[in-house]
Amino acid sequence: MLLIEDLQVELAGKPLLKHIDLEIKPGETHILFGPNGSGKTSLLMTLMGMPGYEVKAGRIMFKGQDITRMPIHERARLGLAMAFQRPPTIHGLKSRQMVSICAGGRELDVDDMARQVNFDGFLDRDVNAGLSGGEIKRSELLQLMAQDADLMLFDEPESGVDLENMHLVGETIAHLLQKNAEVILNNGKHSIAERRRERNKMGLIITHTGYILDYLEADAGHVLFGGVLSCASNPREILRCIGQNGYEECVACMMPGAPHPLEQAARV
Amino acid sequence: MPDQPQLKTKAEAAKNKAAAIGIDLDLSGYRHALEPHQLMAETDLCALPQDEQRSLLMAGVDVSGKDRGGTFIMKDSSTVHCSVKQEGIEVLPIRQALEHHAWVRDYYWKLVQVDADKYTAAAELDLHDGYVIRAKKGSKTIYPIQACLYMDQNNIQQNVHNIIVAEEGSELHIISGCATSPHLERGLHVGVSEFYVHKNAKLSFTMIHNWSDGVAVRPRSVAQVEEGGLFLSNYVCMKPVTSLQMYPTCHLVGPGAVGRFYSILVGSPTSDIDMGGRVILNHPGCRAEVVSRAITNGGKIMARGHLVGNAPGIKAHLECRGLILHGGAMLAVPQLDGFTDGVEMSHEAAVGKIAQDEINYLMARGLNEDEATATIVRGFLSVDIPGLPTQLQAEIDKAVNATDAEGM
Repeated sequence: MLLIEDLQVELAGKPLLKHIDLEIKPGETHILFGPNGSGKTSLLMTLMGMPGYEVKAGRIMFKGQDITRMPIHERARLGLAMAFQRPPTIHGLKSRQMVSICAGGRELDVDDMARQVNFDGFLDRDVNAGLSGGEIKRSELLQLMAQDADLMLFDEPESGVDLENMHLVGETIAHLLQKNAEVILNNGKHSIAERRRERNKMGLIITHTGYILDYLEADAGHVLFGGVLSCASNPREILRCIGQNGYEECVACMMPGAPHPLEQAARV
Repeated sequence: MPDQPQLKTKAEAAKNKAAAIGIDLDLSGYRHALEPHQLMAETDLCALPQDEQRSLLMAGVDVSGKDRGGTFIMKDSSTVHCSVKQEGIEVLPIRQALEHHAWVRDYYWKLVQVDADKYTAAAELDLHDGYVIRAKKGSKTIYPIQACLYMDQNNIQQNVHNIIVAEEGSELHIISGCATSPHLERGLHVGVSEFYVHKNAKLSFTMIHNWSDGVAVRPRSVAQVEEGGLFLSNYVCMKPVTSLQMYPTCHLVGPGAVGRFYSILVGSPTSDIDMGGRVILNHPGCRAEVVSRAITNGGKIMARGHLVGNAPGIKAHLECRGLILHGGAMLAVPQLDGFTDGVEMSHEAAVGKIAQDEINYLMARGLNEDEATATIVRGFLSVDIPGLPTQLQAEIDKAVNATDAEGM
């Protein structure tokens, strides 16, 4: 389980995230909406422990451990992983080696795994060198597949992906998060309800377009606006609301009785 | 037949001449009268002490001769082993070759100037030995020829002259390891090498140097490549060396000739390395590439590169990348000289540090900071060398991976 309590984060002295509370239970996938610059990526970076994102107050609990001050690699080893939106190029390190690094010593068939995300032709290239936006997404997904983490953070997995590959990306994420049809409708011994309970992977996905919702059933949606997280239950509804009214109005309507989001952002 | 006394006279006149660049070494501090070593059969080589064998192996020299087309080993001033297994390939100690094979004189001191500096002069005035390797017309080596120049006695100056000839249409691969015995504290290696790549021949020369603290090295190399030929020179130096200065030159003297230099250097806190590569492109269709990767580790590294375009339709690229780790100095000096319309030359030089975002990225995949740093350093040093046999690429990769990247 991921539990974020009253998290306040600054970057270069500037407050970015204000009193964030969020809980993701095993088996749940949450969607994070928000306009550019609202702090979505910062939240993911903070969860991953990237330097520069300074936690001023609050805490992050993961699997019962306080990971607020934990180094990046220890979070990774604990089962936290992230698909980056703009990962750096690492010259001289082949994607094949990178996938092995992600596997952390576990044996795996890198070629076979790469074929599943249509990335087998890139394994002997340097990590991210000269890759298109869509290729980077598939590279990141491949790394996450090898990592086999429990909580996966996706920073705009659809951006830059062409229509042909959107299906592949969507299905892969659904599979990673145990949200795909095969897992749910597996004609095995267990009932659907039992299988749902067996799911333990957790996901937090940043999306602008909501395309990802065509491939998986998310459990909750949130809107991050001006560093403030407002909570809502149905991600599709949020998406429709944002599409019709814009973020500002949408956030206001989700928190009836609460101050206008701009006022609230200014207050905290 | 060239005038031998004339060579001696010219050398004599240059014996105190400082090199154009690099630290000027005082040669009087080194021992010149060296005890000779006995010739060794292959079985004797295999009986060498384990630590010596390991030093050789680190420099890419396998004393068992396995997967090698021939072996030449020189210890201090004496050739201790010279054998060849492959047809069409000759491997000879140079002193013997100069005496018995008139053709060797056609190549001796024809590219390197004997009076270039005190080091070339020393190689003429007090030549210890060296090798002559020739691939005869049309012959192709399957396995590389290995050559090793080993320094065993303390405080010696080893003077070496090598001649490598790839005759028309031949293909020759050489791995040349230099190493010092584990107990050597000080020494100087002077190595003159002249490379002749005839029409449509291909020559790759991979040097893996395994020097030690206290050793100074002055290679003096020039290559000449005829029409359609390829000269590929790789230099790997991952171990400490006190002073290394070399600026090998490659003359492309026929249309379509190709010259490429790759160097991978890791300095140590006491190192002063001045390393370059120069290619002179004289005919249309000539191509050149000079690539270097260097890490200071507290010492000083000067990475030079020089391309000279003398004909239209040539294409050449220079790339120097350096990392400064643990202080030190990294200087990149790329130079491009174009002397006619229609040349295409470029350079790319970068001096920097390990990018924090790359470390973070790897840490997010589960590596700790030291492992992430070591992974990036190994990646930085790993260079894909087109045209190099996989076996030799593997030797280079092995040398790179054997570095104590964790300590960086």
